[in-house]
Amino acid sequence: MSGVIIAGAAETDRVGKLPGHSALQLHTEAALNTLADVGLTTKDIDGIATVSSPGPVQVAHSLGIVPRWMDGTGVGGTSFLLHVRHAAAAIQAGHASTVLITHGESGRSRVGGSRFATSPSSVQGQFEAPYGVFGATTAFTIPALRHMKNYGLTHEQLAYVAVAQRRWAAKNPRAMYRDPITVDDVLASRMVAYPFHLLECCLVTDGGGALIVTSADRAGDFPKPAVHVLGTGESAETPLISQMEDFTESLAFRRAGQAAFAEAGIAVRDVGHLMIYDAFAHVPIYGLEALGFVRKGEAGAFIADGNTEPGGSLPLNTNGGGLSYTHTGMYGMFAIQEAVRQVRGEAAAQVAGPEVSVVLGNGGMFATSGVLVLARRPR
Amino acid sequence: MAVTAETGPAKAGQGKAVPVPTPDTQPFWDGCAAGELRIQRCLDCDQPYFYPRPVCPACGSANVEWFTASGAATLYSYVINHRPAPGFDDDAPYAIAVVQLTEGPRMMTNLTGVPNTPEDLVLDMPLRVTFERRGDVTLPIFAPAGEPREGDSP
Repeated sequence: MSGVIIAGAAETDRVGKLPGHSALQLHTEAALNTLADVGLTTKDIDGIATVSSPGPVQVAHSLGIVPRWMDGTGVGGTSFLLHVRHAAAAIQAGHASTVLITHGESGRSRVGGSRFATSPSSVQGQFEAPYGVFGATTAFTIPALRHMKNYGLTHEQLAYVAVAQRRWAAKNPRAMYRDPITVDDVLASRMVAYPFHLLECCLVTDGGGALIVTSADRAGDFPKPAVHVLGTGESAETPLISQMEDFTESLAFRRAGQAAFAEAGIAVRDVGHLMIYDAFAHVPIYGLEALGFVRKGEAGAFIADGNTEPGGSLPLNTNGGGLSYTHTGMYGMFAIQEAVRQVRGEAAAQVAGPEVSVVLGNGGMFATSGVLVLARRPR
Repeated sequence: MAVTAETGPAKAGQGKAVPVPTPDTQPFWDGCAAGELRIQRCLDCDQPYFYPRPVCPACGSANVEWFTASGAATLYSYVINHRPAPGFDDDAPYAIAVVQLTEGPRMMTNLTGVPNTPEDLVLDMPLRVTFERRGDVTLPIFAPAGEPREGDSP
């Protein structure tokens, strides 16, 4: 076990359309909400982590924090899971005692963010962009047809992922989309990139969240129940979707999951709640199979049979996920936030007392992964 | 050099993205201009690989060479994009495909000489490389094997 806890966790006051907030404001608002959640001040923070833009130096400076440890790991939407992992190591090594991890992204309103552009001399610019790749909808989605051909994943099963998650979102007042939908609704929504319809693609929103990680020795010192970090994992596969070893599975997901489960000393049967990064409807399918909750090729039917929706045996993406709750561009922070809420017992769609929650993060397009095993108690 | 590359033709107007070769990829683009699909292989472990880079991804050796691939491939997976990238408005909906070369490596590409529809694009269908001129470079794209070669049309 890692010997650390998530002591504080909070999101921005609102998530969704926030044209009145810059990206940096979203960071600082989330940070202050998290400090309030844990009863600390900026002066108690000695470590800072966030992705490279605006970066840990800017966020620390904006909050008046003087870090003696910092981490700017920016490997896509899973980065915040890696920050938790790296913070755990730093705390054990004595490099920091109390680490603040922040996320803020004006993904929808594009206020104060960095401009995204693919350099034409980069590897992506030479070998993918010329073929009309234009954002994640046109590339992250490419592996799915191969999964369909090799393992029989159906269009209806893919659509059902969005249906199942909408059922969770209906219970969450903060979710952007809450009205019930059917498989027919999903299949009738606008085609974005065959085989993906609009309702099988994530939202694009503004928002932020933050975490405070510290030693498990301090587990009783804070107002909210401590969330123990039992195990963590990280991995990478390829920066180019075309170079995935096998389009029917994510090696990064599998390797990060194996590392986290091994460190935590748990098996899938121990997991009472699960968050899998869902930029698109196929990602939870790849995630369930990579983590070993089902055998290869079974995840589509597992979800369509109702196992992951309210009342099912394996509550999955209980905030509504990137498909219905929120997706700023780097969704991983929101997956962690929901896992913390569930372990604490304060989620909008609270499931019955999960002892262990697992968070699987994706970075880029199956490029990187982080996995966290979170629990109510230390082991 | 890099600054020139960053401000290259891909930024001009709303045309299709044009790749800017780098020293490690130049032989690939030279091959395309000559109508050949040149990729690399390792002289120590015989592993062929793509995209161009100076180290064998299988064994880490820098003892690698360029060779001309057959140009034969099969369709590995794809999407049909309905929200066109800049310059692709007249092509939409268009397939963004990943093909598997007979030699093993995979590459992203577009598909020509076949309607870009789910009915016509069947996974594992045999394909053959052809080339398309764009700006100062020539891109490899793929067509169904047996279709007439389109050549470098103006």
